[in-house]
Amino acid sequence: MDTVIRLEDVRRSYGGRPGKGGFEAVRGVNLEVRRGELIALLGTNGAGKTSLLEVIEGIAPATAGQVRVLGKDPFRDRAAVRRRTGIMLQEAGFPAELRVFEMAGTWARTLSRPRPVPEVLAEVGLSHRADVAVKSLSGGERRRLDLALAILGRPEVLFLDEPTTGLDPESRRSTWELIRRMVGEGTTVVLTTHYLDEAEELADRIAIMDRGRIVRSGTAAQIVAEEPAGIGFVLPNSLAPMPGDGPGSVELPPLSGQHRTKPRHHGGVQHTIATRDLQRDLYRLLTWAEHHGLELAELQARSASLEQAFLTIANRGPDHTSAPSTTGSPPADTNRSHTSSVDTGRAAIGSAHRGPADNAPANYPATSPQETSV
Amino acid sequence: MTTTTTARSTEFTTALRQIGALARMEATLLRRNKTALINTIVMAPVLVLLLLPVVDDGAVHAAFGTHLVTLMAAFGLIFVAYYNLTTTVVARREELTLKRLTSGELSPTSVLIGTATPAAAIITGQLILTIAAAAAAFELPLPANPVLVVLALVGGLAVFALLAYASSGMTKTVEAAQLTTLPVIFGTLLASGVTFPLQAMPGPLQQIAELTPLAPVIQLLQTGFLGVDQHGEALTFAQTFTAGLVPVLVLAGWCVLGTLATRRWMRWEPRR
Repeated sequence: MDTVIRLEDVRRSYGGRPGKGGFEAVRGVNLEVRRGELIALLGTNGAGKTSLLEVIEGIAPATAGQVRVLGKDPFRDRAAVRRRTGIMLQEAGFPAELRVFEMAGTWARTLSRPRPVPEVLAEVGLSHRADVAVKSLSGGERRRLDLALAILGRPEVLFLDEPTTGLDPESRRSTWELIRRMVGEGTTVVLTTHYLDEAEELADRIAIMDRGRIVRSGTAAQIVAEEPAGIGFVLPNSLAPMPGDGPGSVELPPLSGQHRTKPRHHGGVQHTIATRDLQRDLYRLLTWAEHHGLELAELQARSASLEQAFLTIANRGPDHTSAPSTTGSPPADTNRSHTSSVDTGRAAIGSAHRGPADNAPANYPATSPQETSV
Repeated sequence: MTTTTTARSTEFTTALRQIGALARMEATLLRRNKTALINTIVMAPVLVLLLLPVVDDGAVHAAFGTHLVTLMAAFGLIFVAYYNLTTTVVARREELTLKRLTSGELSPTSVLIGTATPAAAIITGQLILTIAAAAAAFELPLPANPVLVVLALVGGLAVFALLAYASSGMTKTVEAAQLTTLPVIFGTLLASGVTFPLQAMPGPLQQIAELTPLAPVIQLLQTGFLGVDQHGEALTFAQTFTAGLVPVLVLAGWCVLGTLATRRWMRWEPRR
C-alpha cells in the first residue's frame, strides 16, 4: 500500500512511433518508489531521465505503459495528483520584472495548501533577497527560488530535476540538508542528478538510466558491488607482454582479473586489470615486478566506485537500434569517440587509469568479470 | 449529488482563486512595462481621438456616439486583447514562465484566462468610460438591447484572446509580434465596418467581411445601442434579438475556430 509511485513498462516517444521517424526516449521502465524513499535517477545526457520524470510528474503522457502516482494517473488525474506533488523542473523561468516575494506569493495563491511564503524563503536562504527583482538573482539564487516554489505546497511527493546544478558548494550542502529534512518528515523524493556524490549522499536507492532504460538499480553499495576493482600501470614497449610478442617479453603472473593493454602515444603500454580480488592480484603483481626488477610506472589500484559503475554503463557505446544520427555503419572508433563525448564532469578519471571497459568492444558486457581471465 | 455539486463549486472557486493570482501578477508586470502600458492604456483612446474629426460627418448625435463606442471597442480588442496579449504570451513562453506554470496546480485553461484578465479589464474599463463620455457629450441613448452589448464585448474578448494565443505560436520573439500580428490586425479592422462602411463594398465582398471576427462585434454594438439593423432600419426590441442572431453565431464560430487554432499552434515552451 505504501507504494507511492508505480511504473509499468512505461514508454515515451517523440515525433511519432519509433521506426516511423519517431524517437523513443523512454523504452520500457518499471519502477516502484515507497513512501518516504529518496530515489536518484542517474544517466548521461540524453539517457531519458528528464523524459521519464516528465511522465511521472504528469507533464507529458506516457506513449505506452502505466503510471501511478499516489494511486492515480498523474496526466489524466492531473488536478488531484498535482495538489499533493511538488515539481522542480530542470529549466523553468520567471517574469524578469517580478520580485522574489511576488513570484512566491503568486505561486502560493495558486496552491491548495500553501506554506507561509516568508517561512519557505527563509528555508532556501532567500529571505534577504525577497524584495529583489528576479532578473537580478544569480543562477544559484534562481535555482533556490525554483526549489522554494516546488516545496511551497507541502508536497507528499517531490520531483527534483537536477536540483543543485549551478549551486555553489555551500548552497549545495544546504539544499541537501533541506531535502534530507523533508525525507525525514516522510516526503517521497525522486531526483535526477549529474553529481554522483549527490546521489551517494542523499539517495536510498539509485537507478542508472541508459538509452531510455533503467539498466542498474539498488543502493549505491549494491551497484558498486557489481563492479570489479581496477589496477593500472605502464610498462615500456620492450617489456610489454602483448599477445604474440617475440622473445624478450615478460609474462604477467596468473591473475584472477581481466587483463587489457593499450599502446600509449608517448611510448609504453598501458595495462589495466579489472579484478574481483584486488588484494591478491595486486600482491601477485607486485611480487612479480619485484622478482623481475620491473618498475610499474603510474601504478594505481582502486576499489570500485559508483563513478566507475556509472562510467562503465556510460561508456558501453551506442546502441545501434537507437542511434539518432544513423548514417550507415558507425565509424570504427565509435567506442572511443563515445567515451570522449560522455559527460563525465566531476567524475573524470585520471589519464593513467581508465575504466576497465575502455578498450572493450561496443557490446562488452559490463558485469561479467568472471567470464574471462588472464 | 450534493457531494459532486460541492466538489464542482470547490473546483470552481479554486480556479477563480488561481486565475485571480495570475491576473494580479500580470497586472503588476504591466505596471512595470512602459511599452505595454502605453500600448494597452493609451493607444486605443488616442487613435479614437485622432479619428474623431474624420468620422464627424454631421451624422445624428446618437449614431455618432455609437460610432465612438464601436471605434473604441475595435481598437481595444485589436491592440489590447490581440496584439498586446500576443506579446505577453510570447514573453511568458520565452522566459519559461509558461513552462513553470504547467508544473503547478493551475490548469492550462486557468493560465490562459488569468493571463488575459488584465487586458479584458482594461478594455471593459475603457469601453465603460467611452460610453459614459459619449452619453454626456453626444446624447448616446441607453442601449436598446444591453444583452447584445454584453455579448459583443464578451464574445469579442474571447475571440481576440484566442487569436492572440494561436498567433503566439507563430511568433518567435516579442519583437516579431509586430509582423506576425499584422494580417489579423488589418484583416479584421478593414473588414469590420468601423473604418469604412461595409455597405460600400460589392455584395460578395460584403458578405465575406461580415464573417470576419470584428464585424459581428461592431454589428452587435450598433444594434445593441441604436436598435437598428445594418441598413439603419429601426427594429423593435424583439427584432433586435433576431438581428443579433447571425453576428452572435459568427462570433461563436470564431470562438470554436480560435480554440482549435490555439490547440493546434500555441506552444508552452520555446522551440529548441
